[in-house]
Amino acid sequence: MEIREEEFLAPGHRGCAGCGATVGVRLALKALGKNTVAVSATGCLEVITTPYPETAWDIPWIHVAFENAAAVASGVERALKTQGKDAQVVAFAGDGGTADIGLQALSGAMERGHNIIYICYDNEAYMNTGVQRSGATPYGASTTTSPPGKESFGEDKPKKNIPMIMAAHGVPYVATASISYPEDFMKKVQKAKEIDGPAYIHLHQPCTTGWGFDPSKTIELGRLAVETGSWILYEIEDGEFHVTYRPLQRKMVDEYLMAQKRFKHLTEEERERIQHNVDALCTELKI
Amino acid sequence: MVKKVFTANRSVAEAVKLAKPQVVPVYPITPQTTISEYLAQFVADGDLKAEYIRVESEHSAISAALGASGAGVRVFTATSSQGLALMHEILFAAAGMRSPIVLVDANRALSAPLSIWNDQQDTISERDSGWLQIYAENAQEALDAVLIAYRVAEDRDVLLPCMVCIDGYFLTHTVEPLDVPSQEEVDQFLPPYKPYAFLDPENPMSIGTFTDPEYYMEARYAIEEAMERSKEVIAKANEEFAEIFGRKYDFIEPYQCDDAEIIIVAMGSVCGTIKDVIDSLRDEGEKIGLLKLRVFRPFPTQEMKEVLEKASKVAVLDKNISFGMGGVLYNNIKSKTNADAYGFIAGLGGRDITPEYIKEIVAKTKNPTREIEWIGLKKEEV
Repeated sequence: MEIREEEFLAPGHRGCAGCGATVGVRLALKALGKNTVAVSATGCLEVITTPYPETAWDIPWIHVAFENAAAVASGVERALKTQGKDAQVVAFAGDGGTADIGLQALSGAMERGHNIIYICYDNEAYMNTGVQRSGATPYGASTTTSPPGKESFGEDKPKKNIPMIMAAHGVPYVATASISYPEDFMKKVQKAKEIDGPAYIHLHQPCTTGWGFDPSKTIELGRLAVETGSWILYEIEDGEFHVTYRPLQRKMVDEYLMAQKRFKHLTEEERERIQHNVDALCTELKI
Repeated sequence: MVKKVFTANRSVAEAVKLAKPQVVPVYPITPQTTISEYLAQFVADGDLKAEYIRVESEHSAISAALGASGAGVRVFTATSSQGLALMHEILFAAAGMRSPIVLVDANRALSAPLSIWNDQQDTISERDSGWLQIYAENAQEALDAVLIAYRVAEDRDVLLPCMVCIDGYFLTHTVEPLDVPSQEEVDQFLPPYKPYAFLDPENPMSIGTFTDPEYYMEARYAIEEAMERSKEVIAKANEEFAEIFGRKYDFIEPYQCDDAEIIIVAMGSVCGTIKDVIDSLRDEGEKIGLLKLRVFRPFPTQEMKEVLEKASKVAVLDKNISFGMGGVLYNNIKSKTNADAYGFIAGLGGRDITPEYIKEIVAKTKNPTREIEWIGLKKEEV
């Protein structure tokens, strides 16, 4: 696959060393090109890329609030349409801005059929405010609001399945992706651009600060998530589900869990439960 | 110009059609609902060439409006009460992002208890959001205010959103004869929208950025300055409006104030009733006047002072309450003028403000015993 050299997200932003979100945005914008308008929800990405009077965005960009990226994108898309402009509208929101506070606006935008691409950069907690639990936080994870303790083993609910909720809206394109599989992700972004109507891409993105691993390991962690079957790469095109990447030999989930501080507290029994759940899903999907 | 018999909601919809916004995100709510219905029909019939977005909430209505405005087009939205409260967060963003959105609010009480009837608590509670606010007395004023709102909001010296406030039911659902201007007249008054800063791939810019303590205050001060500058822009728009349409508006409308010993201050539809009461009281030799406040933000301090400080006493009628403080209009007048003013809370949640209540307000202002009085209150029900 040909990847353009041109960058639309400039370096020098305020992201942490090893930030996965900005890797995702760089890749997405390389796939989309210059004729793109971006909408951001409040969150890490917005804060680190636009400290006034600086901006890292080399395409037009707008931010209004936390929960309304999809609604703002709806307005931008219709305004461009009515002016006869063909720029692609892409919204970037974190897992909190998508799975929790932004779900209503997202549902409305998807159901109305706007020609927008919505990319959720999922780092599995509210990282901008210091690692609080979101609906996308996985089972067992320690966050500042789901800490382990005498009566807790951390997050006690499974991760909310947003891609499937989006698929239930009947939108023409839904996909999961990982920043550690750039070609797979960028192909999906390009596909999302080609289709007429709403597209949803759920981008898994390790967070060095919130997950607790060395900043040099971001891409490695993303790979481990996929290679262990903890994160599955698939797409749903006009209702057709298919897995887009199958590890040659699925690794044990422990390898992924033990590489991160947020799972370090789990007992063997709890980790086995996680392995069991991963096995069940992967068996069903022949991974 | 055509003479029609319309509700204020219909007159607002006609004004919107004439103003030609390109994106209209709306969510229905009583008693704004028929505005959203008329506009949907206009779009369905091809009479309004706009993208009508059937959003899933008022929060998304104002968010989509702000997004569309950011992408460079004229926009319109309308709401009421709970809907305006749901928009609250984004109202501040719209002003901060200097987006000239025009919004019509069908004034309705806020819950709890749940009420669909009129007072002005909803818009009054948004007074510090950075939006201009115009209150209409009748359907004609509502129509005209929408046109003036666009003209003022979009002026480069202002670039602030504007809220046109129309009393629920009293105006939204009451038919009145009014003049509907021609498209030619409106085009003369309201030129096509030219955005100041917008999302353009040829000239990329970031809108709605994050700001640290080095810059935030300056951005807020710029709003304050724009609000102040808007006074001149409103005055000029009113003059040109009068030249084209033959109706002259001002920030305030004094009625029988020249020799008045007591002046009642009020906003919106109740002013009609007050004028009637004043006529009958004047027949009895009482020197009573009305100061109708049409533009609440920016607050026309100088105009208010000139009229009110000539009267010996001032009665301020508020259809809102800032608990523990009295009505907001009353407090604004007390803080900005030297008038000997007394506050009256009336008409909350659709309680009728009858001529008798107006007379009671006059009587209580003559011989005041309390700073703030609730009028029409059933004390036995409290």
